Amino acid sequence: MEAIIADSQKNGAWSGGGNKPFDSSYGKMMMWFFIMSDALTFSGFLGAYGLMRFKFLDSWPIADEVFTHIPFIHGSYPMYYVAFMTFVLIFSSVTMVLAVDAGKHMKQNKVILYMFLTIIGGFIFVGSQAWEWKTFIKGSYGAVALNDGKIVQFVDATGHQVTLQSFASSAHNERIQQTRSNGIWFQSESGLPSVSLQQVKEGFASHSEISLRTEQINLDTKEKTIVSREEANKLLNMSTHVVEGANLKENEYGKTLFADFFFFITGFHGFHVLSGILINIIIFFNVIIGTYQRRGHYEMVEKVGLYWHFVDLVWVFVFTFFYLI
Amino acid sequence: MSHAQSHTALIWKVFAFLSLITIVEVILGIAKPDFLNLTQLLGTSILNWIFLILTLVKAYGIAWYFMHLKDEKTWLRRAIVWPVVFLIGYLAFFVLYEGAALGEILKEWTRWTY
Repeated sequence: MEAIIADSQKNGAWSGGGNKPFDSSYGKMMMWFFIMSDALTFSGFLGAYGLMRFKFLDSWPIADEVFTHIPFIHGSYPMYYVAFMTFVLIFSSVTMVLAVDAGKHMKQNKVILYMFLTIIGGFIFVGSQAWEWKTFIKGSYGAVALNDGKIVQFVDATGHQVTLQSFASSAHNERIQQTRSNGIWFQSESGLPSVSLQQVKEGFASHSEISLRTEQINLDTKEKTIVSREEANKLLNMSTHVVEGANLKENEYGKTLFADFFFFITGFHGFHVLSGILINIIIFFNVIIGTYQRRGHYEMVEKVGLYWHFVDLVWVFVFTFFYLI
Repeated sequence: MSHAQSHTALIWKVFAFLSLITIVEVILGIAKPDFLNLTQLLGTSILNWIFLILTLVKAYGIAWYFMHLKDEKTWLRRAIVWPVVFLIGYLAFFVLYEGAALGEILKEWTRWTY
């Protein structure tokens, strides 16, 4: 048997307690290789986002106009909420690294405390992410889609966006929601927009202070183009329906691709955070029952720490490419 | 691998540094000064280059101090960092270059007035 099975003590093979290449255990090095491959996956997604962004450089939604909400507060506050989320994640990274540090000194109680704080931070982040999604799906102003898929939005005299409800006429709605009981028995629709296209058109005709804005960005000023009244009427004549909020098929803020990438990349990252929380919880309970105290080292905490920091690292890039640039 | 001494002070220093960078990013992102935002340099605005560089500095802080790359053996660190930097740089360059080329072609075929 001894001839065919590597004995870590005698032959110095790579297993627990034996010689370690680069002074790194098998588990830690494999965590690093997993992180490398995951980093390449994320860079593929963000690269695809960048390609589409450069492809539609003159019509991509402006992030400052999309993510402007803060819970419980009305008004337009770009950046603040996502900055809060970034701080939460960086801070949970700090508590994680403090847990690793305490583990190196075999201070079980400190490891418990810091791992607990890390898990709480992770939950706050995922909850914030869910709120961000909800707000994005619900939308803020509403827009009108044209028959070639473009989106037009409405602005007041100062150039700020206005909600459809604020100027749409109150004429009666031309149609009611189709359910299985009032139409063809196997067809139904999930809901009607809060104002109909007809009401928007009538409201636009009676409010001369409202202007229409296309997706096109003036690259010299980095602002969307506001068109003349007659051009606006021409565009409204080729409109097909009212769009409120964003989903995988349409997006009131402009390009549907923006919503697709947002849901996919932040969703993929949020899934990483969620699995990070679950792994952290498992290790947290192992720390409490003293598994690593008895083992004599807290390397497991270090390994999940690496994963947790990586999730933070990815968020730093997502934050830059979705919200800043 | 200095197991003996605690890194707590260093950790808080790195946290302060990362927070400072984030605050600068947020202030620039809200203010968007025209002279940075509207001045083009090497394919994008100066502001975007600032964001990109600050992001890479943040990534360095997280990887070197939080993920302890600084304490790893030199060649383990290089085996991790070099492939990632090379492959992502390679991918980003070609993908963004291609995106810009697609945009140039598409521009002639996109109607904004009817």
